[in-house]
Amino acid sequence: MDPTIFGFLLSDGLISGALYALVALSLVLVFAVTRVILIPMGEWVMYAPLTQAGFLEGRLPATVGLSALLLLVWAVLDRRRGRAPWLLAGWAVGVGLLGMAGVRWPSLAGPIAFLVVLPLGPASFRLFFEPLPQGSVLLYLILAVGLHFVYKGLGLAFFGPDQFRLPALWPGELGVLGLPVPGQGVLLVAAALLAMAGLFLFFTTLYGKALRAAAVNRLGARISGISVREAGRVAFLLATAVGAAAGLLAAPLTNASYDMGFLLGLKGFVAAILGGLVSYPLAVVGGGLVGLLEAFSSFYASAYKEAIVFTLLLPVLAWRSLSALTLEEEE
Amino acid sequence: MRRAGLLGLVLLAALPWLVPPFYQTLLVFTAIAALVAAGLYLLTGLAGLTSFGQAAFMGVAGYTSALLALRYGVDPWLGLLAGLAVTGLFALVLGLLTVRLKGHYLPLATIAWQVALFIVMGSWVGLTGGRTGLADLPPVRVLGRALTDPRSYFYLAWGLALLYAGLLHRLVHSRHGRMIRALRGDAVAAASFGARPPDLKLWTFVLAALGAGAAGWLYVHFIRFVNPSPFSLEASIFYLIMAVVGGVQSLPGVFLGAALLTGLEQWLKDLLPLVFGKTGNYEIIAYGLILVGILLLAPKGLWPWIEARLPRARPPRPEGPGLSPRAASLADPLLEVRGLTKSFGGLLAVNRLSFEVRRGEILGLIGPNGAGKSTTFNLLAGVLRPDAGSVRFAGREIAGRYPFETVRLGLVRTFQHPHLFPEMTVLENAMLGTFPRTRAPLLASLFWLDRAEERRAAAEAYRALEAVGLAELAFEKAGRLALGQQRQLELARALAADPLLLLLDEPAAGLRAGEKRALAELIQGLRERGITVLLVDHDMELVMHLVDRVVVMHYGEKLAEGSPAEVQRNPAVVEAYLGGVA
Repeated sequence: MDPTIFGFLLSDGLISGALYALVALSLVLVFAVTRVILIPMGEWVMYAPLTQAGFLEGRLPATVGLSALLLLVWAVLDRRRGRAPWLLAGWAVGVGLLGMAGVRWPSLAGPIAFLVVLPLGPASFRLFFEPLPQGSVLLYLILAVGLHFVYKGLGLAFFGPDQFRLPALWPGELGVLGLPVPGQGVLLVAAALLAMAGLFLFFTTLYGKALRAAAVNRLGARISGISVREAGRVAFLLATAVGAAAGLLAAPLTNASYDMGFLLGLKGFVAAILGGLVSYPLAVVGGGLVGLLEAFSSFYASAYKEAIVFTLLLPVLAWRSLSALTLEEEE
Repeated sequence: MRRAGLLGLVLLAALPWLVPPFYQTLLVFTAIAALVAAGLYLLTGLAGLTSFGQAAFMGVAGYTSALLALRYGVDPWLGLLAGLAVTGLFALVLGLLTVRLKGHYLPLATIAWQVALFIVMGSWVGLTGGRTGLADLPPVRVLGRALTDPRSYFYLAWGLALLYAGLLHRLVHSRHGRMIRALRGDAVAAASFGARPPDLKLWTFVLAALGAGAAGWLYVHFIRFVNPSPFSLEASIFYLIMAVVGGVQSLPGVFLGAALLTGLEQWLKDLLPLVFGKTGNYEIIAYGLILVGILLLAPKGLWPWIEARLPRARPPRPEGPGLSPRAASLADPLLEVRGLTKSFGGLLAVNRLSFEVRRGEILGLIGPNGAGKSTTFNLLAGVLRPDAGSVRFAGREIAGRYPFETVRLGLVRTFQHPHLFPEMTVLENAMLGTFPRTRAPLLASLFWLDRAEERRAAAEAYRALEAVGLAELAFEKAGRLALGQQRQLELARALAADPLLLLLDEPAAGLRAGEKRALAELIQGLRERGITVLLVDHDMELVMHLVDRVVVMHYGEKLAEGSPAEVQRNPAVVEAYLGGVA
């Protein structure tokens, strides 16, 4: 392999690694607070650029209606909670207005798509996970799989089976050590690092710690005055923000279609687990690792690309569990 | 109950004659799915190991049989044996790698080899025919008759599914089965009664894989064609969904889930186009919504929801002879601790502690908070490994040995926070104690060869419940007990293990005065039965009235030792407890 190809594979791997890292960050964030392994995150990552594409084609994407509808259902569920239903209804109306603005001003399609997709996370948490506060990880996982089916099916109904190509935010290329690196890729890597730093810092604040406490010990958190419900909603909101931003930034490089979410989520999940599902910096390292593995194995044996990525995980996992026969009394 | 089961069986056997061929096919697929889901009942529902890789095991067995048949003309029945052997081998190797993984690494590892195997099936064209697959597989023959129509295949598929379910049912209600169920909640408690957690997990893993293997074999010889698509990660997830929706912690539940979701998928494909007037991917949306809806209504699955509404028969009271008692040890002192030391980082929790427990006595180990009592307890119980020192029990060195080893020697413990299994009955919880005293290997349980020993174990456990006064509640779920009763059950479980030395970890903590008196009487009774007791507790009144001798710990060292009266007069002890006021 000559150095040029090596460089290409390296930059390719790091760029897709950044996308996996962003998805991993959002999964870690949700899991650390709610114990939910959020499979439908992959769908939401795709919804953002697909919504943007809808605006660019001059039509109102159905995600606007979906977002508004879920917010309204949430408002009905929370109807006895003071001002909450009115705020939620207002948010729903806001999403509708944003949708019209997106059709009117296509140059703002990206940010508006981000805001349209954003409520899907917290609303899904309120509708489907909050009613079962005592669920096991397995139950939440199967619920998440159910939601994945729903959102994937809706994605097909909303956007059709086509792939959409989206304009780059930074169309140029950047010369790094004589290699052309797409500017959009640089943005994606920067976003991953920024999100990692942001989340890492956020969870050192008191509010961030309160969120984590809600996951570790629900009862203890409630006694200390932390709302477990609110913690979950905030986590879903932040995670959806990270995921939607990742989708919007990556789509000009990878294209977007309704069915790309699952594999994306799976690789993000792999990256997240390599980080133990708790550490943000490790999740980013995991994302980079998965991206690089994939880039280099696709060069050597492209038919077995995914097989190599997933097989190489086994020794890593085995190494991680070398000292597994320890018996500790958990109190 | 038995009559209802027989009636159900007759109905099932008549079913393929009552429905059109399309539904006969669905019923075959239901049985195939139920085989996989029943494996998940054992693996996920009972042992708590979530697998995303069962479809890959189906594929391994399916391809093995298909290749043997096509290349070497091997009969499918031999193909089944070969397929199961290869699947078992795969599961053994992957299981060795996987089951020791902690927490989320395990499900991820199953995803990893599921995806990897799936891609190999699709890409190794020379062997597997790639995505186009291998066609023209021979049918399964029974008594010279080829099973090519869904009606005759129905009996084969359901026969295998029910056989597998029967084997699992036997296993679950055996000594190993109870331990597998215990592992899920609490590996420490399971190990304290003689289970080797990694071995048991490996066995469950292999058994679940064999169920999936049989399903894969049924699948490929039913459609007589094999390609990778039914063995994908999505398929694996689908089986997990079935199991969870039906109720992954019960056999009827996973069968219900398999039937329901196999039917639902077809039904939605047929029905929705009629409603919406066009075919689309609406079924996946409806499917997802129904799944979410069921789980929101019945988070434990449908079967527990139904079962709670069915009448329940009360099992008969276990009777007959119990297990033969352990040979008494003549070692005196029974337990000798010499120079026991343990530090955590810079903190010296136990420092050169030496004491002994004499045969037949009740020794109290007391001390102020942070004195190192709990650490000492955990060192003796094998939960922690000492840095230095020796522990001799009944003449044998046991320092650093695992609890599943020492319990066989007769060193039995209770837990301060009761480590019981709420989903199991009180009797089953007590029967966990008999594990180190019983011998039937796992395979014997599968084939019902452990009945005599099981009856004796049940009788033994029931007697232990009588001894602590819980026999009335033997068939209730342990989750319904009050704290005082849970402590009694802890004691009963320990008694069922026929201890030489009983380690009691703060048995009185959190009990009311009346419950404490009852407990004290119980412990007195143990001594009369010849059981030596080491009691660790804060409760001065309980300890001082009950014990023969006391060892007082302070800052990890032994401060004093002697009769309760001597110790109470010891000025150093008074100072340690009252902080120098005296």
